[in-house]
Amino acid sequence: MGQTLAEKILSHKVGRPVRAGELVVVEVDQVMVVDSIAGSFFKRLEYLNATPRYPERVSIVIDHVAPAANLEVAKAQKEIREWGKRLGIRVFDVGRGVCHQVLIEEGLAQPGWIVVGSDSHSTTYGAVGAFGTGMGATDIALAAASGRTWLRVPESVKVVFRGRLPKGVTAKDAALEMVRLLTAEGATYMAVEIHLLDGAEGLSRGERMTLANLTVEAGAKAGLVVPSGEILEMYRVPDWFYPDPDAHYVREVEIDLSALTPRVSVPFYVDNVHEVAQVKGKRVDQVFIGTCTNGRIEDLRAAAEVLKGRKVAPWVRLLVIPASSQVLEEAARDGTLLTLLEAGATIGTPGCGPCMGRHMGVLAPGEVCVSTSNRNFRGRMGAPDAEIYLASPRVAAASAVAGYLTTPEELEETHA
Amino acid sequence: MPRVWKFGDQINTDDILPGKYAPFMVGEDRFHLYAFAHLRPEFAKEVRPGDILVFGRNAGLGSSREYAPEALKRLGIRAIIAKSYARIFFRNLVNLGIVPFESEEVVDALEDGDQVELDLETGVLTRGEERFLLRPPPPFLLEALKEGSLLDYYKKHGRFPGE
Repeated sequence: MGQTLAEKILSHKVGRPVRAGELVVVEVDQVMVVDSIAGSFFKRLEYLNATPRYPERVSIVIDHVAPAANLEVAKAQKEIREWGKRLGIRVFDVGRGVCHQVLIEEGLAQPGWIVVGSDSHSTTYGAVGAFGTGMGATDIALAAASGRTWLRVPESVKVVFRGRLPKGVTAKDAALEMVRLLTAEGATYMAVEIHLLDGAEGLSRGERMTLANLTVEAGAKAGLVVPSGEILEMYRVPDWFYPDPDAHYVREVEIDLSALTPRVSVPFYVDNVHEVAQVKGKRVDQVFIGTCTNGRIEDLRAAAEVLKGRKVAPWVRLLVIPASSQVLEEAARDGTLLTLLEAGATIGTPGCGPCMGRHMGVLAPGEVCVSTSNRNFRGRMGAPDAEIYLASPRVAAASAVAGYLTTPEELEETHA
Repeated sequence: MPRVWKFGDQINTDDILPGKYAPFMVGEDRFHLYAFAHLRPEFAKEVRPGDILVFGRNAGLGSSREYAPEALKRLGIRAIIAKSYARIFFRNLVNLGIVPFESEEVVDALEDGDQVELDLETGVLTRGEERFLLRPPPPFLLEALKEGSLLDYYKKHGRFPGE
């Protein structure tokens, strides 16, 4: 029987054919460490009395609370810079951006690579064909120290996206629909293998990152997008790098992009996905556009298109946080930034922003936020009873203008 | 006698330790005091070493933050029983040396506040006169757990179990 893409990648790494269910130890091509666990990472290296085996394969990104919000964080980040220098590890400092966006921009995830990151959304690297997976501080320290990690070769779920997105519908809507269909535990321990067909291969790298990013919300170990379209122009994709036609999948799911409508994930579960039309009218206090899920230039442009010539509702705070310094520069160069500012947006330092409720937009009791991020868990962005609605940058922008949850199309009708 | 702290399905790592109470936010010596701060604020004060946590389906989904289970370890939790686990959380438990038992029946049978005894090696759980048998963890994990945790195993042997 043939192999899935996950089996192919891990077979090439191990040097013999492997099957779903086997435990393997593989060489790791890139170890990504985020600021919030760097202290634990260093402590574990010290405990092992080890230094990174291949320092050039380790990157630390200061993004989860950047710039430092308090003294504890400032001390932790100072420690990162000192350790980085001492061990010869790459450090991406305050303002460079969200870890996953930065690693992709820096070419530190490539087709066929194993990338382990101390952040659950490390599945994002699958957008370019890297086997990206999230782990805790101990696993990450062991991977850095040994240059290897252990993995159970995952079973795979095949998700086929077919056709082209209608105007006003985005990769975020497609990703939320995928999570709805798979559920929050439907791909646990598995790889989600994403096939883009019949027009869907036109999705950009950034849009593929949104899809791969959200596979972890279905429990996935990795989210692998089969290379096509612009990925083939941007990366050297090995000849063997495709799943076999007779590969075995635990489950196959089809999503017709051309029939999709704007989606929103309703608190407190990411897989609680509905059409925006079903929950529109919810009064909004804050709108957050950014993160590893939707803080890229195409996302900022999509928001600017909706916001052009409009103003944010007086009771709404619109926070826009570009996913990286490159994104911010591009938005400054092409005028996107000015459009956002004229509409009343506040621009934050590239990084994770308020996604996990630590700074730069923490929610007060009872507040409602429309966010382009990836988790709407209870208390995630602040008060336990604050509500987070996950949506696309277009829906987020339209909701900022209206002051309640809505789509750009509804906004047109109301104002026509 | 150890008591059971029972939670429902889909308990995520933000529930176990909200992001704003990460060690690098509040200090290495304090973060565990915020375990379940939103869901059960009394937990960190009342939990006793050796108590057993019981979760439903997809335990520990969400963020990879190892400091969530680490907070539980600090509070003396040495075993968890769940119907099923999210994968990063499962790995983190093994890495920290908290034994992850899995059983639909036992989770359904246990009530919050139950007084129980659990033998971590044999998986025998007793509640009064009742006896339940939990399946011990797979060999790879057991080997690691024998040394305390996967970290301890690697420190001692310089390799992963079975390598």
